[in-house]
Amino acid sequence: MIVYEVFRQERKGQAFAHAGSVGAPDAAFAEAYAREQYGRRGESVALWVVPREAVAEIHEFVDELQKNYHRVDGYPLKEKLKEARERAGTAPPADR
Amino acid sequence: MSERAQLLLPIADDELVLGWRNSEWTGIAPFLEEDVAFSSIVQNEIGHARALYQLVADELGTTADALAFDRSPDEYQCSRFVELRLVPDWARTIARHWLYEEADEKRLEALKASDDPEVAGLAAKIDREEAYHRMHAQMWNERLAEEPRYLEALEELRPLVDGRGDHTREFAALWEEMTMVRRSVAGATW
Repeated sequence: MIVYEVFRQERKGQAFAHAGSVGAPDAAFAEAYAREQYGRRGESVALWVVPREAVAEIHEFVDELQKNYHRVDGYPLKEKLKEARERAGTAPPADR
Repeated sequence: MSERAQLLLPIADDELVLGWRNSEWTGIAPFLEEDVAFSSIVQNEIGHARALYQLVADELGTTADALAFDRSPDEYQCSRFVELRLVPDWARTIARHWLYEEADEKRLEALKASDDPEVAGLAAKIDREEAYHRMHAQMWNERLAEEPRYLEALEELRPLVDGRGDHTREFAALWEEMTMVRRSVAGATW
């Protein structure tokens, strides 16, 4: 039995999201089982059925030097600004 | 009985009784995904039976439930083929599934060409769902193509496909179970 990962698209144009997995002897069975489990109640407009082995899995993300300016949540300017103000002895500008 | 009833009742009875028989696999199919898929096909078959009974009921002034559950055993016109109790023999179950879907496809083609627009329309709707049942049956047929138990089962069952008339012995117990609620509470609906 081969494990297939199933991704489903809820509405046209939306991103596919992981729905779950099915065990099947080959791709044709996997397609049929995915259709029954993730598509027959009108909950999906499309499915991707992918053998789990075809998925490249990555677990390690090296960031030895804490280069936080690479992160999507951005460079924490607020903290740095607060520290700078404290050093300079100035208060933040009043709210407008 | 109307022409429509004569045409549709044997088909509705086939779908109901086969659906009933195949539902005996729910919870004990060879593996989980197959259990879900096979049970889902069963629900479709019973849904087809319901829609066919409804067309007949509209004409006879009765209800789909009354046709499905209030008739005496000798009034059912299903084939002996669908009555056979095949649990727990998966090879024979799949052989019947494959043979039935093949025969049902031809029957639906004929219904789709009917002069009765309601019958032709329903047949077209049913056929769109049956396409997936046929895919499922086809997959298993290919998978088991070299399996001696499956080939034997095909040989055994093929001649029985459209055998109508008397019921099999096991039909009595199926009828008892299937009609139990309506016999104990007349007109029960749910």
